[in-house]
Amino acid sequence: MTETLITSQYFGFVISIFLYLIAVQIKAKLKLPVFNPLLLTCIMVIGLLLILNIPYTDYKESADLLSYLLTPATVCLAIPMYRQLKLLRQNLPAILSSVLIGSMGSIVTILIMGKLLQLESQHIITLLPKSITTAIGMGVSEEAGGIVTLTVISIVITGIFGTIIAEPLFKLLKISHPIARGLALGTASHAIGTAKALEFGEIEGAMSSLSIVLAGVITVCAVPVVSSLFL
Amino acid sequence: MKFVKEVLLIMTFTFIGELLHAFLPLPVPAGVYGLLLLLLALMSGVVKLADVETSGNFLLDVMTMMFIPAGVAIMDSFSVLQPVIGPYLAVILVSTVLVLALTGLCAQKVLSFTETSESKAAEAAEEMPEFTTGIGREGEKSE
Repeated sequence: MTETLITSQYFGFVISIFLYLIAVQIKAKLKLPVFNPLLLTCIMVIGLLLILNIPYTDYKESADLLSYLLTPATVCLAIPMYRQLKLLRQNLPAILSSVLIGSMGSIVTILIMGKLLQLESQHIITLLPKSITTAIGMGVSEEAGGIVTLTVISIVITGIFGTIIAEPLFKLLKISHPIARGLALGTASHAIGTAKALEFGEIEGAMSSLSIVLAGVITVCAVPVVSSLFL
Repeated sequence: MKFVKEVLLIMTFTFIGELLHAFLPLPVPAGVYGLLLLLLALMSGVVKLADVETSGNFLLDVMTMMFIPAGVAIMDSFSVLQPVIGPYLAVILVSTVLVLALTGLCAQKVLSFTETSESKAAEAAEEMPEFTTGIGREGEKSE
């Protein structure tokens, strides 16, 4: 049985979507932000693979179509951006200032907390690109001498955590403007946050998409400077 | 033929992005190159919105799903994470809350200065009421 599942070309794909659907329904019933569909799905898939004793690499082979679609989906973020182009142009001051402050805030807090927790420099560097999209973050980490595997994990955890905490935090701090919400999600939680922002609405999605690009650029420029000065 | 054309266009921009990523010495991923090029093509009218919209919206609607393999990958590198999991989680959680708050509050502050944008945002939202992503996930929408 396990052997058949390991060699199956569709098992990983089907099980991922099936468990995702269940996770979405659990979230709809229980409403609590911590029941984030992506987080629940990952936990359930990992549990299932461990129970059935299926190695990750075999799961990945049959679930890879999902990752494959990520690049075309990223390209399609141009669609909400184009539809909201007027709004993007009109609000450039808010967009540029907040993404700059958010991205630098990310770097500074990681630096300070890393020093307080007595993390080695290599680990601090590994964490610095945590808020930018994986493909850029891996490069930044490698270039500055971080541990790429851990950077990727940090980026995924940041993405999922950001989408979990966003709604309660927005309510607590009264961040209600769709532009502000979109910028915050994209700057803090890259593409995973943007997928969440699109669920909020199109303006949020467009702002979040732009934030991925801007936060990426800012972080790429800032990390080498920061790491050579302070680490 | 509508979908053939749409899929071809989207995948072509993805492919061009991949080529640029391979040949240009910049740390820009293929998807971001493709995004910027598609945006330029839409702005210049080379590509019409209607020629990418249906498939594009579909991809965006199911985008969250695409991160599942990346999340599950943590099971494979857990041994690398384990020795540092405490400080890593502490840094990630605090920093992510801070970035969300800083970015959101700063944007909202600046928006309140450029006061007119508030009403324009509402206008823009009203202009396109037909566009919805996240269909069937009403439970997740705030307010």
